[in-house]
Amino acid sequence: MAGKQMTGEEVTGEQPARGLSRRGLLGLAGAGVAGLGLGVGGDRAAIAVAAASASAPATAVYPFYQEHQAGILTPAQDRLHFAAFDVSAGTTRAGLIALLRDWTVAAAALAAGRDIGDFGAVSGPYDAPPEDTGEALGLPTSGLTITFGFGPSLFEDTVGVDRFGIRARRPTELAELPHFPGDMLEPGWSGGDLCIQACAADPQVAVHAIRNLSRIAFGRAAIRWSQLGFGRTSSTSRAQATPRNLFGFKDGTSNIKAEESAAAAEHVWVGAGDAPAWLAGGSYLVARRIRMTIETWDRTNLREQEAVFGRNKGEGSPLSGGTEFAAPDFALTGRADLPLIGSAAHVRLAHPAQNAGARMLRRGYNFVDGTDALGRLDAGLFFISFQNTPQTFTAVQLNLARHDALNEYIRHVGSALFAVPPGAARGSYVGAALFA
Amino acid sequence: MRARLLPLAAVSAFGLLALTGCVANAPAGSTGASLTVDSSADACTVSAREAPAGNLSFSITNSGDQVTEFYLLADDGLRIVGEAENIGPGLTRDLVVQLAEGEYVTACKPGMTGDGIGTAGFTVTASGQEVTVDEGLEAQIETANVNYASYVRDQVAQLVTGTDAFAAAYVAGDLDTARGLYAPTRAHWERVETVAESFGDLDPQLDLREADLEEGQDWTGWHAIEKDLWPAGAEAGFAAYPAEERGRLADLLVADTATLNVKVQTLSFTLSQQTNGAIGLLDEVATGKVTGEEEFWSHTDLWDFQANIDGAAVLYAGVRDILVDKDAALAESLDTEFAELQALLDAERVGDGFTLYTDLSDAEIKALADQVNALGEPLNRLTAALVL
Repeated sequence: MAGKQMTGEEVTGEQPARGLSRRGLLGLAGAGVAGLGLGVGGDRAAIAVAAASASAPATAVYPFYQEHQAGILTPAQDRLHFAAFDVSAGTTRAGLIALLRDWTVAAAALAAGRDIGDFGAVSGPYDAPPEDTGEALGLPTSGLTITFGFGPSLFEDTVGVDRFGIRARRPTELAELPHFPGDMLEPGWSGGDLCIQACAADPQVAVHAIRNLSRIAFGRAAIRWSQLGFGRTSSTSRAQATPRNLFGFKDGTSNIKAEESAAAAEHVWVGAGDAPAWLAGGSYLVARRIRMTIETWDRTNLREQEAVFGRNKGEGSPLSGGTEFAAPDFALTGRADLPLIGSAAHVRLAHPAQNAGARMLRRGYNFVDGTDALGRLDAGLFFISFQNTPQTFTAVQLNLARHDALNEYIRHVGSALFAVPPGAARGSYVGAALFA
Repeated sequence: MRARLLPLAAVSAFGLLALTGCVANAPAGSTGASLTVDSSADACTVSAREAPAGNLSFSITNSGDQVTEFYLLADDGLRIVGEAENIGPGLTRDLVVQLAEGEYVTACKPGMTGDGIGTAGFTVTASGQEVTVDEGLEAQIETANVNYASYVRDQVAQLVTGTDAFAAAYVAGDLDTARGLYAPTRAHWERVETVAESFGDLDPQLDLREADLEEGQDWTGWHAIEKDLWPAGAEAGFAAYPAEERGRLADLLVADTATLNVKVQTLSFTLSQQTNGAIGLLDEVATGKVTGEEEFWSHTDLWDFQANIDGAAVLYAGVRDILVDKDAALAESLDTEFAELQALLDAERVGDGFTLYTDLSDAEIKALADQVNALGEPLNRLTAALVL
């Protein structure tokens, strides 16, 4: 398996026109390597398509080979499949690199809306299992992005072994997050050597990506845990409306947006001058599985619900007044000289103004994984944030964990931190600089 | 466990205002007129000057640049029938009230000071809906408030006595006695938990679970001692606390409980604080006790469960007479669901106590959780039924 070629040649720059389905693409793929040579021009076209498609995500294409990995500043797609992997015992440094190469090639094909492999889902030797699992046939590209990350345990496992000769290259910030007050973390929802975030407009396209990438990894890495998200809870573009979390509130109004390139450079991307060099142009991904006690929340009166968030439920306006995007006035007081946005309100505690200007790019998703043993919805927010140092998250989360009124209705049950390398160059693979 | 949002002491500063002086016998679900109010810097414009008796909804928009309030007053211009406060500039808030035929006064108060502006008459006309003013209601509610405040003081007084005995046994090394006193003493805390945990630092000092700690934080209170008394489930390498640490924890527990006792002497409660307090206690059951997380080491969660329900039942009993007048069907439903939940708890009684959480079957836990939700639903409707 380790030596399996993902595609004969890397078919680059082959970008579907808007509305082109995977079945149509299959025709292109069937024409062999006809797509070769379209090159960079195709990527530009795709960027144009992507930019125009904030309201038509089904046909969006986000190229895989970019300066930064896609799936971070990309306008948040509606669906998520996130998977954390552990590298299998016995996998060598060369084996890990081979896996990353295979994943890179496959991810580029998936992002372009193509099947995995030379023959895809329905061609190839009749007596062999198909290379692609096939459930995405006929579906639009759906704006699929695939984002890879490296966990602390990849650099040094729990017993201190440097399995892949990269311990010396671990950034000091890439360590287990501290225990925050109220954390009820479950090992089955935490950690991981590697992660893949697959986001798409169609859940089946996202699941298809994780399914095929995990299949490619069999024998070299295995899924430790994975999470489906059915609705985005953040907007990462001004063209997008702010969605609602499962408490019914707009959250993440003051998120970093794709249009704020200066803010992204300041808060999201690891700079060229920052250590380590291999991570320049990358970021840190924090994932937190936050269970919401929905049933309890639903018994809470509207006054308290709005006080907990510090926003009104209808418009998402701060309780200090104005419309959704008005800056909250934390000093404005009402009755008894108490601030309209209370001292424990979520918007106050999470706001950059209360956190020394710290900002992160949030990209979370609502989830409902059926019900728990007590018949309650196993529901919540799968929080994902990108920032150029985990300290940003840690500082804000400590503030929230200590004081946030929302803590009454949530509990953090999963936690993971990954370093997200910069985008791969064509012909190279994701994370290549780490192993150079 | 975690502090609730609204500090009772602060809220009680504007006490009983949130209550209407009108009582409804209107059929449930009847919809009434909807009006809008524009509260600007210099005007208070209500979309109509009259409306039919019944449920009335005022949608108040603050078009000024100061925080505003809207008042609906009785025709004496003094007694508050309904109000919406703390409306930020540009925001809209609804006020839903049930009004009997008669003359009223509307006014806005931008800046929240002074006598208000735009004061104008407002007429509620006969509508065929029977909406009667019950002159005895406020007296009934005041009685409920006084009785509940007295209940809280009594429970905290018993908590003080029990805590003193518990701490003495613990410090003396009589751990069996301490273990025996642990759950029955904590029951007094759990009965009034939503009140007890409303005092800033006292709740974390007294009732923090190990998972609630942040790195490096000093762990004090009941659960820190609980782990020392029931170390069986503790991590490898856990050692019993030395005598000095036991003395320190016991002293803090006694001192903080004494402080709590001082603080509850001056409390009073609005009607909605009482009804929402009952929901809060049920939520404590749903999040901590029915999951076995509260008493992580002693597994005495059902003692807490019973105590939370005791407290909720007292809160309900205080307003039940008022509810029977307003919505007899809801009262009957609450009576039934409280009784069902109590029957499930009674089935788990062993001697003076209960089955340990770890000895409950999955089916028994599920049945308790389901019944908490079953009680929660009618309890959700209690506030609206009483206040409207």
